[in-house]
Amino acid sequence: MSETPLIDEQRCAGCGLCVSVCHLNALVIVSKVVTIVDAVECDWCADCELVCPTGAISCPFEIVLVGSWRSHKDSA
Amino acid sequence: MRPGHFSTAVEQSIMAVQLEFLSGTPYFYGLNPAQLESIANRVFEKTAGRAEIISMEGEGATGLYFVASGVVKVFKTSADGKEQILSIVRPGEAFNDVPVFDGGPSPVGARAMGPVVLYGITRDDMMAILLEHPGVAIGVVRALAERVRHLISLVEDLSFKHVIGRVAKILLEHVGGDGGQGPRLTQQEMAAMAGTAREVVGRSLKTLETQGAIKLDRHRILITDQEALQRTVEDS
Repeated sequence: MSETPLIDEQRCAGCGLCVSVCHLNALVIVSKVVTIVDAVECDWCADCELVCPTGAISCPFEIVLVGSWRSHKDSA
Repeated sequence: MRPGHFSTAVEQSIMAVQLEFLSGTPYFYGLNPAQLESIANRVFEKTAGRAEIISMEGEGATGLYFVASGVVKVFKTSADGKEQILSIVRPGEAFNDVPVFDGGPSPVGARAMGPVVLYGITRDDMMAILLEHPGVAIGVVRALAERVRHLISLVEDLSFKHVIGRVAKILLEHVGGDGGQGPRLTQQEMAAMAGTAREVVGRSLKTLETQGAIKLDRHRILITDQEALQRTVEDS
């Protein structure tokens, strides 16, 4: 599973708003499409996802249980 | 642009850019070039760096601002320091209109999310523009109505819906089982599932983290206290 923000190149308008808000400079625009240049630095603040006007970049979370499951999903 | 700072050629170039920009904003849509030019003559430029506060909640407004480039976050801060995002202002959109039009203190704060360039119009100049070009008032009313509609929707989410319980339920339902990975969810997807705005999901996750039920660990949401999360579902 990828640990970088996901980019939908078809949706990306190349506006660069995500690049402007990335405080770790992990994003650049290449050929009018956003590209991740330094994913190691990405701290998953999700600001890029927040400001994207077309929904082209997303920061999905994996949901992990610490410890063993009790009373499970049936009661949720 | 106020005279005196640029050579004529540069000034004209900036004016042309501003005219094109202004004509594309909802406030000034439909005005003719002469009207736009008279407005552009009153525009001042302001820049701000990442995380810089542009306007403080409770203070008077220095002007109505249009975002020319970059993104501005408009937010409200609670007494205990929690931040609720009210809107994300992108290029072409305006903020600070409430204190400019009613003359009171700003009800919200505004912060640059990255480097931003703003075009500003002082309160006095904006009032003069409205008197000289009554057609602008239609654009202003339309923009304010749109803002009110958005804020009413947010009030509904924050006041009447037990969003935090729904977010907790979503987390419990999407946890990876038996050591495997469950589906990954964005905050936007969680918002759609909970029937709320993304801004409210962000705050709910932070509240759950403060309560010790979860821990945000980069791209993972760790459920550190399943029973607390379960109680949040049941109590809401």
